[in-house]
Amino acid sequence: MGLQATTSQTVGPYFTIGLDPLNRSEIASPQIAGERITVQGQVLDGDGEPVPDALLETWQADAQGKYVDPEGSESEAGKTKFFGFGRIPTDENGRFRFTTIKPGPVGGPEGTTQAPHIVVSIFMRGLLTRLITRIYFFGDARNEKDYVLNLIEPTRRSTLMARPATEDKNVFRWNVHLQGESETVFFDC
Amino acid sequence: MSDIACYRRFCPGTQPALLHEPYVSSIKRAPSKALVRMPQTLSEVTGPVFTPKIVGSACADLTRLHAGEPLGERIIVSGSVIDEEGRPLPNTLLEIWQANAAGRYFHAIDQHNAPLDPNFTGLGHTLTDSEGRYRFVTIRPGAYPWRNHSNAWRPAHVHFSVMGPAFATRLVTQMYFPGDPLLAFDPIFNCTADEAARQRLISIFDWKTTIPEEALGFRFDIVLRGREATPMEGRS
Repeated sequence: MGLQATTSQTVGPYFTIGLDPLNRSEIASPQIAGERITVQGQVLDGDGEPVPDALLETWQADAQGKYVDPEGSESEAGKTKFFGFGRIPTDENGRFRFTTIKPGPVGGPEGTTQAPHIVVSIFMRGLLTRLITRIYFFGDARNEKDYVLNLIEPTRRSTLMARPATEDKNVFRWNVHLQGESETVFFDC
Repeated sequence: MSDIACYRRFCPGTQPALLHEPYVSSIKRAPSKALVRMPQTLSEVTGPVFTPKIVGSACADLTRLHAGEPLGERIIVSGSVIDEEGRPLPNTLLEIWQANAAGRYFHAIDQHNAPLDPNFTGLGHTLTDSEGRYRFVTIRPGAYPWRNHSNAWRPAHVHFSVMGPAFATRLVTQMYFPGDPLLAFDPIFNCTADEAARQRLISIFDWKTTIPEEALGFRFDIVLRGREATPMEGRS
């Protein structure tokens, strides 16, 4: 059929009115199995200035690498399932922080296995359409064979790596640079 | 892994360019490097499924959220959420937000010198029904000035956020009103090259949903990306 997808428009400066009710920065409830992690960082514009009005939405698999299967809900009745969705606005300093479980590896193109990753949509005033990016985990041996990482020129892959932020190995730092030398890799998919 | 059914790429010109200089905020925020083209994987073709349990009961009548009636023209905004094959998308989450009739948002950073309405917050959400339909009752939002350029005014609009069935189908857009003279001058509305794609952001006045003695009806259908005809793997 000849229909075409509706055109995207910016969220503008006032999206919190409509989108705040579903904010969630604690993505895994305590009953969910998996390695607890915190990811924190900052969103920076082309001048290196923090972006205080950005919104991140995250989507990830559970610790076994399974995404919520809407049709599988009956067979798993009674079991607490991992929802896998996060919605996190930046604060007045452009900072964000969320806690979750580290996702497991999931199937990738051409029979490959994708390294653990979180897919991210970024919205803000000034962006006419969302930006799509991914968070990977620095030092994970599976990154080397990840299909998507291998599509990126090697010098830019590091922009997708969440790195341990402190002595606590479960706290990761991942910044979003909208422009410039260390501009984050954004995807068209 | 088994083949996955990917979502179609957008028709060229029907989505905005990231950098659109007349929209000044895009200059320091749009990426300067080319996007990296990648195939969709399981991570993109799956997505969160929102149920009433997660989102709470629908908040589809924005005129009944406070003690009194909001000021302004009461309107019905309704339509369907479908994919590019015309298939309805049931149980998909829509979230909306908008200015009040005077063109003022219920938001701390909106300093427009127009009154707030104690009876209007301007947010709503609902899930589409089994046939992909939705319906909101609200107030026609006012136009308002912004600082993009000298004497800049946004045409009246309602912001729509749509989840759709997958990460790949996520959409945020704005619905406009027919006959608005400000549309021709708005850099946000005009950021998309394709004229027909822009026109589809304008709602249609609708007698069928207009309620006598009560509210004017506007129809706004939302189309999300459809699936590729054949499941393919590793395409790019």
